[in-house]
Amino acid sequence: MRAILYAPSFVAVMGLGFWAYRENYATQESLRRIEALQDEIAGLRASLSVQRAEWAYLNRPDRLRELATLNFDRLGLLPLEPGQFGDADQVAYPLPPDLPISQPVDLSGALEEQIP
Amino acid sequence: MTRTPLRPLARILSARARGENPDTIERENIRLRQEVQRDRDRTRAQGRLLILCAAFVVAFGMIGARMGVLAASVPQEPRAATSGTPINAGRADLTDRNGRLLATNLLTHSLYANPRLMVDPARAARELAAILPDQDAAALVKRFTDGRSFLWIKRKLSPEQMQAVHDIGDPGLLFGPREMRIYPNGRLAAHVLGGASFGAEGVHSAEVIGTAGVEKALDAVLRDPANEGRPVALSLDLTVQAAVQEVLETGMRMMNAKGAAAILMDVRTGEVIALVSLPDFDPNDRPQPLVEGDPGDSPLFNRAVQGVYELGSTFKILVAAQAVDLGLVNPESMVDANAPMVWGKFKIKEFEGKNYGPLLSVTDVIVKSSNVGSAHLGLMIGSLRQQAFLKSLGFMDPTPLELVEAPGARPLLPARWTDISTITISYGHGLSASPMHLAAAYAAIANGGVYVAPTLLRRDGPAEGIRVMSEETAAAAVSMLRQVVTRGTASLGEVEGYAVGGKTGTADKPRRGGGYYKDKVINTFASIFPATDPRYALLVTLDEPVETSGTVPRRTAGWTSVPVAAEIVRRTAPLLGLRPEIEPAPSDPVTLARN
Repeated sequence: MRAILYAPSFVAVMGLGFWAYRENYATQESLRRIEALQDEIAGLRASLSVQRAEWAYLNRPDRLRELATLNFDRLGLLPLEPGQFGDADQVAYPLPPDLPISQPVDLSGALEEQIP
Repeated sequence: MTRTPLRPLARILSARARGENPDTIERENIRLRQEVQRDRDRTRAQGRLLILCAAFVVAFGMIGARMGVLAASVPQEPRAATSGTPINAGRADLTDRNGRLLATNLLTHSLYANPRLMVDPARAARELAAILPDQDAAALVKRFTDGRSFLWIKRKLSPEQMQAVHDIGDPGLLFGPREMRIYPNGRLAAHVLGGASFGAEGVHSAEVIGTAGVEKALDAVLRDPANEGRPVALSLDLTVQAAVQEVLETGMRMMNAKGAAAILMDVRTGEVIALVSLPDFDPNDRPQPLVEGDPGDSPLFNRAVQGVYELGSTFKILVAAQAVDLGLVNPESMVDANAPMVWGKFKIKEFEGKNYGPLLSVTDVIVKSSNVGSAHLGLMIGSLRQQAFLKSLGFMDPTPLELVEAPGARPLLPARWTDISTITISYGHGLSASPMHLAAAYAAIANGGVYVAPTLLRRDGPAEGIRVMSEETAAAAVSMLRQVVTRGTASLGEVEGYAVGGKTGTADKPRRGGGYYKDKVINTFASIFPATDPRYALLVTLDEPVETSGTVPRRTAGWTSVPVAAEIVRRTAPLLGLRPEIEPAPSDPVTLARN
């Protein structure tokens, strides 16, 4: 009777021990991975701040002004002026597309339409 | 346990036989039994106390040991924590109002040496001197070999230099990480930003502390870990600041001035949109303060905030506005403007000895910039009320701007505010204030008479202010300022579509020993735009300008500061999103009708 009780208990203890052993190593492995990830995140953060500083440095107004002057021939950039403000009703509607000309009859008809 | 009877028969019988009281035996036995019981209880209680003691010793011992471990061990970030909230020991960034970077940190490395670990100090010194031009090989060898075990070589290394030092391959040359403050926009807004340097330094890190400007004034906020490194947004607009700086620099050169300052303020919120002082400097490479001569000539000197000057005729609108506000006059009232005016032993004259009198309307006092007319208005107001009004506009205290230099710029007031002080202050002499003070006062006029303290931090939403004059008075003052531009001394300040209004001021520079220079002036143009619905106040000051396009050199503000200010308005107003507007014509009071 006792042997019947002891045998499963012994197996259970062995099983739990093995499970705990594996969990222990899995946890350590996870911690190592987290540390590596955090190092990577910190590195990326640092390079992000470098990129941000570089972006700000490359977009500094002095440099943009010089570039606009250098490339004036191609871009024609000038400072914003009061005269460049406009209203929506100053914008022209797009012209209607030309009529497709497929047959001479259509052509003469279209010509008649255009010439009053 | 055998239980002894209380009344053992044998002893009772023998006692009875001896004629003694057998009860004494019983009592004796009870006493003995109680003593035994007591001893047992005591032992048990002592045992319990001992256990309790042990428990307390263990508990407190554990707490103590844990505290000792925490205190003695190197701090570590929790390994398993998520990276959501990193420990942020860095200094927060500074951005402009739209989030564009003004100051940030860059990770570099410092170089130090441990000569005891060095393999070949002479070679290391030679190669270091080749990499770092500011180091001398002989001096380095001397320092490496004098027996010390630690020395700093360089605070900040570029990545290339660091690689080169790595390539020397000496184990005694070591690196420590260093956060370094950089200002990507260079000289732009240099006086606002100030600069930063290292505070307490260790091998593994160093404090970055502000040395001037906003960096020093907001040092505690920028370094507060509770803010988690959130950037601090200033009220400056980088684009507008750049445009103002460019125009002002050109204007300063064209007008042959030795210095210049400009302030652009949002009148509703008190935010300073642009603040320029020229000459300026690069905060990445902050120059040393001057050790001799006038500190006001140093590029470090912030003319807009630190400099206190007699700002001249720009003060006249203040006295006119107060007189209107008190109900003493209205803009059309005629006041005595007969020049020269004699007061005691003083003689008050107009510009170039003119006489605009004998009578001049209050509006024309401002338009023609009459000293005598302003003096009479000042006398009508009286010194006490004038002081109270100037105090409410902030002229008695340093400006509350978030710059470490601001509290030092205390206005210079007359020691005794006599009638002659009242007269001279009415036209801007005898009281020195910083351009920032004046810009804030003009902003109050433009803001419908509500004074909003100027700030360099972005304000989201409307700002609380103090009413210093009625709305009608403010509107009348704005109308007078507008007329100065349309038909007065600032006619060059007209910018089509933006209805600039403003007042010129030409003040002679005081000599060190007393008296004034004949040919050195400070020209100020304080303006607001658009006059139809004022949104911005702009102040331009030029130091010792002279305009030489004519036959005689011209030194009045109308010829120097005003065109510069007009160009600034022309450039910045579109950037601020202001649409040019045709001024509404004054409505015709007479209705034309006919049958």
